[in-house]
Amino acid sequence: MSNEKQSWGTRVGLILAMAGNAVGLGNFLRFPVQAVNNGGGTFIIPYLVCFFLMGIPLLWIEWSTGRFGGRHGNHCTPFILDNMGKKRLWKYIGVFGIFTNIAVAAYYTYIESWTLSYVFHSLKQSFSGLNQFEVAQLFGSYVDINTNTMGIPFEPVVLYIFCLAINVWILSKGLEGGVEKVAKIGMPLLIIFGVFLAIRGLTLGSSGAPADCTDCNAFLGLDFLWKPDFSNLWDAKVWLAAAGQIFFTLSVGMGTIHCYAAYMKPKQDIALNAMAAGWMNSFVEIVLGASIVIPIAVGYLGLDWVKENASFSMAFQTMPYLFGKWGPALATAAGFMWFGLLFFAGITSSLAMGTPWMGFMQDEFGYSIKKAAVTFGIITLIMGLPTVLFYAQGVFDQYDYWAGTVVLVIFALAESILFGWIFGIDKGWDEINRGADITLPKIYKPILKYVTPSMLLIIFVGSLVLPKDNDWKKAFQEEWIFDESNSIIGQINNSDIKHNRDWFSTVYESPTDGIVTQIIPGEDGILPVIVIGETPANLLDSPNQLDKIPTKQQIELRNTDDIIAVKAGQIIQAGLPIANGWHVNPIFYRGFSRFMLLALFVYLSILVHIAHKKRKLRP
Amino acid sequence: MSQSALITMILTQTFVTAVTGYFFYKVLNTPNKEED
Repeated sequence: MSNEKQSWGTRVGLILAMAGNAVGLGNFLRFPVQAVNNGGGTFIIPYLVCFFLMGIPLLWIEWSTGRFGGRHGNHCTPFILDNMGKKRLWKYIGVFGIFTNIAVAAYYTYIESWTLSYVFHSLKQSFSGLNQFEVAQLFGSYVDINTNTMGIPFEPVVLYIFCLAINVWILSKGLEGGVEKVAKIGMPLLIIFGVFLAIRGLTLGSSGAPADCTDCNAFLGLDFLWKPDFSNLWDAKVWLAAAGQIFFTLSVGMGTIHCYAAYMKPKQDIALNAMAAGWMNSFVEIVLGASIVIPIAVGYLGLDWVKENASFSMAFQTMPYLFGKWGPALATAAGFMWFGLLFFAGITSSLAMGTPWMGFMQDEFGYSIKKAAVTFGIITLIMGLPTVLFYAQGVFDQYDYWAGTVVLVIFALAESILFGWIFGIDKGWDEINRGADITLPKIYKPILKYVTPSMLLIIFVGSLVLPKDNDWKKAFQEEWIFDESNSIIGQINNSDIKHNRDWFSTVYESPTDGIVTQIIPGEDGILPVIVIGETPANLLDSPNQLDKIPTKQQIELRNTDDIIAVKAGQIIQAGLPIANGWHVNPIFYRGFSRFMLLALFVYLSILVHIAHKKRKLRP
Repeated sequence: MSQSALITMILTQTFVTAVTGYFFYKVLNTPNKEED
């Protein structure tokens, strides 16, 4: 065990660090999009119900489990759960509490580096004079390894490593000297920046409204976001979306809360602290998160545009363009604040992701704080580089799906069962109440034991067999067709990929039916493109008619020297070879991502096994 | 902005702000416990 004892400096510092762990980019981007897609103002009803029945209990479970572990000298989930469960299996389930953090930090730090780069671009006024399409394109250029936006070769890689180095440097200063200080500075700044942007957004007026919606303003955006639509209140889709939002916004099921709580004093309150941190997260999400992106976007781009395009990517591809309408000085300040806010939201979360690995290596292998921080950086870099280098090929999305979504639910379900049923709800309840500064309602005892695990089980089963288009009504009443892209079963089988299913191939199969309307040959640095149009109902009289056929899909081939095997005017079926050449198909990158994640889990399990053997030899 | 949206927004945001403020007030005004 390391001789360097870590602890929190102040109670407020601990709460801000915990809140910072929970507050992430999702508070500003995921919540408003979920709300507009799930009943607007009505969404808040299932949101709050899920917060009370699942969010708060999970916070108490994780805080108390962590403090219990810390009291026994364990600062990381494998041996905390082992101590509670008394069965060998639990320490390997606890591996998820380190695994998830490294895997998520690997790509989350990449998003952080985007925010850092965009702070720089805002100050440099790179977005000045660009139209909406050009601003969106700048993001595409940024994530493309072969181009750069700041004159730095391999810019995304360099900035990613720089961002990771900042995290490592802060982590090497320890909890009190590093993490807590950043939280104390970052969280108030985040709120100040958020309040400024929200006020500016709400006072836009209609001066920048688009031509097709002259009365559009921020308040129309708020109306869109908050207008209650009770017609779908009892739709399973809405409740699952609310449960998912609560789950992901609180950063539960990761192992970070356990680790932070493990450094608390044995009798320090957790009941009130968990409430303060949890509600602060909801405040940032409901009050600030709901008042920035959607209202400003509706004010300038109109309701129809937002309905069609509301998504995470708006943060980088749309907001700088909208800020540009505020004049050069204000646009610079707003860009700095918006991306600065996202940076603080990101870094306070990624720092939390470093601590479980550090706690584990300090406890079990006697690492110093500095050595533990540096090794976290190295392992995260190894895991993260593929997400940067192969971003366009989907490695990032695979990490996010498996490590950042599915595993969280599995781990939270396991820990809630352990807490309520194996450790025992009576012992668990006493643990939560130990040193509590508030009196907890007794109703929470059965909620912790029955309701929370049941809700998590429903979320897990729901994502396992998610129906197509998230249409639960149709699935229950008619036919149950899995969502091929988003259900766990669909993902395992790669059901959404119908063609080009070999990892490597020498032919490229058309992913769609239609008629070839245009072939654009490749040149130096420009990939060949085959344009496919809708299959015409009748035979074409002349080749000129091809121009009038609406485009169905543009297929960009993988290599400039690919030999195209179809001609303009040819009708093709999906699966037909349309080009020859050596191809690495997207399915390879999926397999590669999953291999990386599995390798990380196996590596961590081996470390836990070695640590377990070492413990047995201790006197 | 419609009346129903305005009421929903004000009620929700006031509730969340008040609860957050209450818990922070409790945190700041509760003395630290002495450890054994």
